[in-house]
Amino acid sequence: MTGVSALPPGLLLMVGALLLPLFGRTARTVLVLGLPVLAVALIWQIPNGVSLQAPFLDYQLVLVSGDRLSRLFATIFAIVALAGSVFALNHARTIELVAALLSAGSAISITFAGDLLTLVVFWEILALASTLLVWSGMTDQSYQSGLRYLVIHLLGGMLLLIGVVGHVADTGSISFSAMSLDSAAHWLILAGFLINAGAPPLSAWLPDAYPESSPGGMVFLSAFTTKTAVYVLMRGFPGAEILVFVGIYMIFYGIIYALLENDMRRILAYSIVNQVGFMVCGIGIGTDMALNGTASHAFAHIIYKALLLMSAGSVLYMTGKRKCTDLGGLFRTMPLTTVCGIIGALSISAFPLTSGFISKSMISAAALHEHMATVWFLLAAASAGVFLHAGIKFPWFVFFQKDSGLRPPDPPINMRIAMILFAFLCLAIGVWPTVLYVHLPYPVEYVPYTYTHVVGMLQLLLFSGLAFFIMLPYMKRTLTVTLDWDWCYRRLGPRPIHYLTNMLAPSHWFEQKRIVLQGYLKRMLDTLFLYHGPQGILARTWATGSMVLWVVILLGIYLIGYFY
Amino acid sequence: MLTENLVALQVVVPLIFAPVCLLLGKSRHAWACALTVSWLALGIATLLVTRVATIGTQSYAIGAWAAPIGIEYRVDMAGALIIFIIAAIGAMVMSYARRSIEHEIAAENSGYFYACYLLCLTGLLGIAATGDAFNMFVFLEISSLSSYVLISLGTTRRALTAAFQYLVMGTIGATFILIGVGMLYMMTGTLNMMDLAQRLPGVDDTRTIRVAFAFVTIGVSIKLALFPLHLWLPNAYTFAPSVVSAFVAATATKVGIYVLLRFFFTVFGIHFSFVAMHVGEILMVLAVVAMLVASLVAIFQDNIKRMLAYSSVAQIGYMILGISLATSAGVTAGMIHLFNHALIKCALFLCMGNIFLRLGSVELHDLRGLAQQMPWTMAVFVIGGLSLIGVPLTSGFISKWYLVSAVLDAGLWPLAVLILLASLFALIYIGRVVEAAYFSKPDPTAKKVREAPASMLIPAWLLIGANLYIGVDASLLAGIARQGADILIGAGVP
Repeated sequence: MTGVSALPPGLLLMVGALLLPLFGRTARTVLVLGLPVLAVALIWQIPNGVSLQAPFLDYQLVLVSGDRLSRLFATIFAIVALAGSVFALNHARTIELVAALLSAGSAISITFAGDLLTLVVFWEILALASTLLVWSGMTDQSYQSGLRYLVIHLLGGMLLLIGVVGHVADTGSISFSAMSLDSAAHWLILAGFLINAGAPPLSAWLPDAYPESSPGGMVFLSAFTTKTAVYVLMRGFPGAEILVFVGIYMIFYGIIYALLENDMRRILAYSIVNQVGFMVCGIGIGTDMALNGTASHAFAHIIYKALLLMSAGSVLYMTGKRKCTDLGGLFRTMPLTTVCGIIGALSISAFPLTSGFISKSMISAAALHEHMATVWFLLAAASAGVFLHAGIKFPWFVFFQKDSGLRPPDPPINMRIAMILFAFLCLAIGVWPTVLYVHLPYPVEYVPYTYTHVVGMLQLLLFSGLAFFIMLPYMKRTLTVTLDWDWCYRRLGPRPIHYLTNMLAPSHWFEQKRIVLQGYLKRMLDTLFLYHGPQGILARTWATGSMVLWVVILLGIYLIGYFY
Repeated sequence: MLTENLVALQVVVPLIFAPVCLLLGKSRHAWACALTVSWLALGIATLLVTRVATIGTQSYAIGAWAAPIGIEYRVDMAGALIIFIIAAIGAMVMSYARRSIEHEIAAENSGYFYACYLLCLTGLLGIAATGDAFNMFVFLEISSLSSYVLISLGTTRRALTAAFQYLVMGTIGATFILIGVGMLYMMTGTLNMMDLAQRLPGVDDTRTIRVAFAFVTIGVSIKLALFPLHLWLPNAYTFAPSVVSAFVAATATKVGIYVLLRFFFTVFGIHFSFVAMHVGEILMVLAVVAMLVASLVAIFQDNIKRMLAYSSVAQIGYMILGISLATSAGVTAGMIHLFNHALIKCALFLCMGNIFLRLGSVELHDLRGLAQQMPWTMAVFVIGGLSLIGVPLTSGFISKWYLVSAVLDAGLWPLAVLILLASLFALIYIGRVVEAAYFSKPDPTAKKVREAPASMLIPAWLLIGANLYIGVDASLLAGIARQGADILIGAGVP
């Protein structure tokens, strides 16, 4: 079927976003809340198959093409746009809401994109809109991080674009379907996708940029970029074995750095990498069950991660503090935030009766089903790790632990509503998993609530919880270490060099390697400046004679070349 | 009757009205005259493009002397595209010019300015219209000499040295072209391009023709500012009046590229140029170096006009890279980028003109916080900048798409990476300006300025609108460029 059957929901959000600044405060609020609701309604009107095409150059773009998977992802993007807007209403500047709706719109458009060109276009818009969201922090750091974010994502976009052009040159078709890793073009497309997923070696952009955004900004950021990457990976590369290893690396990268981290929002940022690792791993396994698990985990993850970030955002908004060492004991005066934070933490740890329990286990079960014993074992170990860093560490250090003396009240009403809504969703999905299961791309035969699974999971959580409290002194000590180290690289290194290394170094491996690399980069920049700077040989104003000399040299080269 | 004479009218109308502007002197009528003529030229160009598209290549014998003996004007799709973009840029720039010229050029000189502008327009249009090699040289000199004068009218005294350097370099370039054309005439006894193309294959294995080829290549390379012969360009663009920067940056180098295309493909033929003379390889290396080095230099510039000038050198690298592939796809990509870059650069330089009018400076540190005070102007800069980087939905993306496809088509993967790397550099230098204007706190001592007048904003926005339109629907432009490229490529096959 061709022609317009309905307004594309992504476009609706984007156009709405751009019109937002033209309205007054009330109308703006109505728009911000009404558009995502309208978008959900439109998303469910989209039939299976192609429903909107447009000609572009020599190709027929498929702007809207729906199926179960795309509707599922689009729905959760719209939901998080709604809840995030509710959360951000009281403190966000208009530009932040514009950027948020733009991101949501482009993310939804990506989920319905039926061809690679459309995908690239919305991919780049998403990168730009997300950069604006990072900048919404309105601090120097957020500006710098935003720039780094932009550079890395445009780099990713560039790899993707080369890959797509190569793919089109190879096959003559722009349609977006599953690809095998048999050509350089497909590897480039995969690389472009993976950069947005926060995969190594460029994972560092995520914990670098997201925590610098505003309290509401990070809620939006956490949902769109990485999860659209998960979506396109599911479409493009299901069953690519390399993704299993990439996923496992991300899982442990996230856990280790989150455990070492002191900033609560950075902890949660690392945990995004960790959770996306589960999904990437599931895509790598690639069976129907694993893909179902990935889709449901993405759905559940967006909700509980947004909930965790709302809870952290509320703390940040009310206290202005982000470091675990500055916080603590907030449960007395912020009971609702605490409860919601804990629900989120339990969900991310896959506690029974929460959304994480019914989604994450599907991926491990799929690994087991495929007799990937090592993978299954690593995933199980990682589940314990998740509980350590996000399940306990975040709520414990922020809400309990010592009394920091801070007595902030719970946040304003709109933030509370948003948190309650998502806490409810976390529990509801956990209690009634079939509500989610019926919308998964493949038929679900998996039953989460079996005796062994529940008991097994509880044991795992119990023992890792025990480990946390036994090792508490150690955990605290690493905090101070991280803090010192943090201070070192933030204050000591010359800034631009530092940022470049931060961007280029795989992660924070060894301080020493870092210093060596910084040296190289500094020398490289110095050399660049020497030749390209305003007084450099390539940029200064030349005497007319020297200009003519070049003419003579070139003419000489040509003549000598042609003489022979 | 009229339609058959379109080709001649295209060139003659601005030529006739140039002295009229001089007579009108400093009164406002000079501007009105130049404006009318510019729009008239655009009208003629539009008719001409449609006519070429529907009927085919237009040939016109000047004074009714038949082709090989008399001077022939010959406009095919490639020429028509160039004529259209020059006329369009001319019309936009003139609509913009009045306020900016009143501000930057002394009233008693404004008559000279408009007269020289019309002469320059004549020259540029003539180059694209003529089918005669010597006549092309003449028009090149008309446009160059008048642009030296235009540049020397700049507000600072450095404009004079910049114009002088351009004059020296430009004259060397023109002389080289003349030497080359002379040698061709010596060997073939003809100056008509189509005639040359027919007669050259018989004599092309001689040293004279090879030397002629070298002279023409170098001469044109100077005119189009191919690295490392671009050294005249940064100062010329920086110190010229804003209007002149916008006009010259968008047209003069583009026409240089057209001359290169004509000589390589039509006169010498693709086989001689690219197979026997290996000019493709040489140009490719220079183009890639230009893309990377000039973009890097642009990153470190503090004067934004100068930054844009270096960016132009880099963008010329993109166009030459496409052409150096000597494939239909490559030449198409080069021509598309030529068109798009004219739109982009003109808008960006007009934007600088707005800023200079209000602020009296285009230094980066004076621009801090300017977006608050001149939102419309800075929005032009942002969209133009995004287009320069090649973000989707802007014309720059179309250019990049065609260029990367052409490069991949030729199996040159590493070049595709370098092209996109250079566009990352563009991101950095545009980003610096955006950062200063949008995200820096203004200097508390800086004076408050108003937004530029509508007469200066509308032309810039029209260019941006065209830019965005091409970003969404490039089928027309791509079709014309491909036809042009096919004519060029096909014409030279022995």
